[in-house]
Amino acid sequence: MPAPTTLSYLAVAALLFVIGTVGVMVRRNPLIMFMCIELMLNAVNLSFVALARELTDIDGQSIVFFVLVVAAAEVVVGLGIIVAIMRNRSSLTADDLVELKG
Amino acid sequence: MDLIVFVLASAMMLVGAVGVVTRKNPVHAALSLVLTLFGVAVHFVALEAYFLAAVQIIVYAGAIVVLFLFVIMLLGVDKAEDLRTEPLVAQRWLAGVAGLGLLGLLLVAVARGADVLTTRSEGLDTATDGASGDANIQQLARSVFGDYVVAFELTSVLLVVAVVGTVVLARRRVAGAA
Repeated sequence: MPAPTTLSYLAVAALLFVIGTVGVMVRRNPLIMFMCIELMLNAVNLSFVALARELTDIDGQSIVFFVLVVAAAEVVVGLGIIVAIMRNRSSLTADDLVELKG
Repeated sequence: MDLIVFVLASAMMLVGAVGVVTRKNPVHAALSLVLTLFGVAVHFVALEAYFLAAVQIIVYAGAIVVLFLFVIMLLGVDKAEDLRTEPLVAQRWLAGVAGLGLLGLLLVAVARGADVLTTRSEGLDTATDGASGDANIQQLARSVFGDYVVAFELTSVLLVVAVVGTVVLARRRVAGAA
């Protein structure tokens, strides 16, 4: 049985990235949109790790480490913003935020 | 064996991803996200990134998804939303077209890289050191704390900024002060 090649990992990562992109475009709930951004970040992480193995270079894994840290910081700030917005509103829809005013 | 693991992990990952996008209830979407993250972690193990697989489970599934669930429960938005009505005209149709176009572009880019990537390398030289998991962590530590130590220190600054910013954002304003 053949081992999966790096190309198959990259193709799966591309599919995951596209699902995340479509999710951001389709869903109007900011929480779900954040989750879709996490999907995209994970797709990129998977590509990095696959290529790190392919090219025998540990730097790809180091970058994934940093992406994880930035993703954590991004989620913390984003959820803080959502909580601050939701304090004044009842519904949670990205379309409500067209005015950028509190 | 490798192929079975790859297919199963990919299926987990993609089913979870589709679930995140299509689930009506945000709690279900968050739990689908856990499935995706576990699938990616399995891929990481298969790709000999043992440390990152552990970090993926601990940080993503352990911390980030729990944070999502916390906010969902805190805001009380754990009700199913109505996904049948389209908020904007032709939004889903256009999103589908854009998604297919992006997928096509990415797959063409990957396919064009095929001739560069045909030489299958032996992977990171972790297996030669005996305990492969330890060797992976040692290599990663040398890279992160050696070559990229400045970037590593900057991430600590980033985390402090994020924590302070979130505290300022989430703080309840005192009446009259704002």
